[in-house]
Amino acid sequence: MSILIIAEHDNTQVKPETAKLVHAAQKISGDITILVAGHECQSAASAAASLSGVSKVLCADDVALAHQLAEPVSELVVSLASAYTHILAAATTTGKNFMPRVAALLDVSQISDIIAIHDDNTFVRPIYAGNAIATVTSEEATHILTVRTTAFDAVDKDGNASVETVAFSSATPAKSAFVKVTETKSERPELTAADIVISGGRGMQNGDNFALLEGIADKLDAAIGASRAAVDAGFVPNDMQVGQTGKIVAPQLYIAVGISGAIQHLAGMKDSKVIVAINKDEDAPIFQVADYGLVGDLFEILPQLEQAL
Amino acid sequence: MKVLVPVKRVIDYNVKVRVKSDESGVDLTNTKMALNPFCEIAVEEAIRLKEKGLASEVVVVSIGTKACQEQIRTALALGADRGIHVDTDTDLDSLRVAKILACLVEEEKPNLVILGKQSIDSDNNQTGQMLAALTNMPQGTFASELIVDGETITVTREVDGGLQTLSLSLPAVITTDLRLNEPRYASLPNIMKAKRKPLAVKAATEFGVDLTPKVKVVKVETPPQRQSGVMVSDVAELVDKLKNEAKVIS
Repeated sequence: MSILIIAEHDNTQVKPETAKLVHAAQKISGDITILVAGHECQSAASAAASLSGVSKVLCADDVALAHQLAEPVSELVVSLASAYTHILAAATTTGKNFMPRVAALLDVSQISDIIAIHDDNTFVRPIYAGNAIATVTSEEATHILTVRTTAFDAVDKDGNASVETVAFSSATPAKSAFVKVTETKSERPELTAADIVISGGRGMQNGDNFALLEGIADKLDAAIGASRAAVDAGFVPNDMQVGQTGKIVAPQLYIAVGISGAIQHLAGMKDSKVIVAINKDEDAPIFQVADYGLVGDLFEILPQLEQAL
Repeated sequence: MKVLVPVKRVIDYNVKVRVKSDESGVDLTNTKMALNPFCEIAVEEAIRLKEKGLASEVVVVSIGTKACQEQIRTALALGADRGIHVDTDTDLDSLRVAKILACLVEEEKPNLVILGKQSIDSDNNQTGQMLAALTNMPQGTFASELIVDGETITVTREVDGGLQTLSLSLPAVITTDLRLNEPRYASLPNIMKAKRKPLAVKAATEFGVDLTPKVKVVKVETPPQRQSGVMVSDVAELVDKLKNEAKVIS
């Protein structure tokens, strides 16, 4: 067995996901190699080499890899794949983008979003937005896996692996070109990465009332989310939606305000560590999953809460 | 420009998922089924391209049992021109679906293929990328905006932490994210009209694709259930519990 991890990085640093991928890889038997594919990415490669338990780092440095577009990255990974039994990437928008291409080009099935590894060919993954947990076994000679990195801890940085350079030149003319990237500039943390999320539902009555959540979010350094009902009613934009068809979040603290708790909303937040529900309807299903419930008028409660924090 | 839109029949997003007691899978008997939400967005986007005069024909394809003709009819009612049902009783994984779709791309020669980024049942997020690889097309996944200009398409993609814009040469594969559009509702006259739109049926076996799955489900379980907690009487008690009992705020 031998394992190849495709590093999650920004050409300068490896992202925390990479250290978690190494931890996942350690559940499989075999040597661990990390591939850093990018441009002017030597410092990211050195950072990858310091991760505990890694035997080798491959650094592919080419201008075509600068933005880690799916087409060149998958071409590179496929060219290296024959030496490995397992290829792992994080289930981020980067890993989800290129990994199925790798799988298809190798003519093997991919197993997405794994949260546990039982043995070298048995993996656990959530399906139906986490409403069911599937254990699957693969007969493929090469296992192509994306990993939900929140399910694994990061390894330490006390390793000292060697860094080798691998050459890359694309065999085919590029059909896709990078134009630009716009980073979301928000004072608040990203919904899926926030430690605390406060969400509003239909009970907020209109978009302006979401301002009541902002003061609390500022005090808690929280992200602001919404239920599908609030989005469908036009209160807030779609990218704030938490739920089965929106974003899946699992913060330390989730505060649901004026949200009844439709199944599809619960699917997006029920893995939160602590759930608080504030709702005027004491029979609202949200209270069945809440650790702390408070029945009352949110227009009275929210200002009090902001004051108390 | 011809647009091909592959769609999937899935459990309705508002239905509670029940795991079978023998842990062999999810119980779908007598369950309300619907067009996968991301596929609905793909259909809507294709129809908008047609309404703008950029697309000439929108072809919808679904792979599955005869029941998925219902979802093809839904897409036709929304405005797609014709449907293709690839008939199979086998539960196919993403790679095999992509292989069949690649055969259909060969036959239909679309300039653009738009798919949902994932289905809300298996949550794989693979088919579009695999189809792009198998047909050697560029891919624009998790799209929140599309601009077609002659032989290129500019795609704005939802990536972790922001938006990325790519320029792809056509033909290309696009997968949809939630922000791309808000799908319309089908009107009653259009639902009636959809019944007369062409819907071709092909057997999955006629594409020469080996349909045997390589990944087997060992078991499907219900995730650990949350215990419902306690009710607090006021804000002061809530803040106290969060600080001193749950220790999630300081």
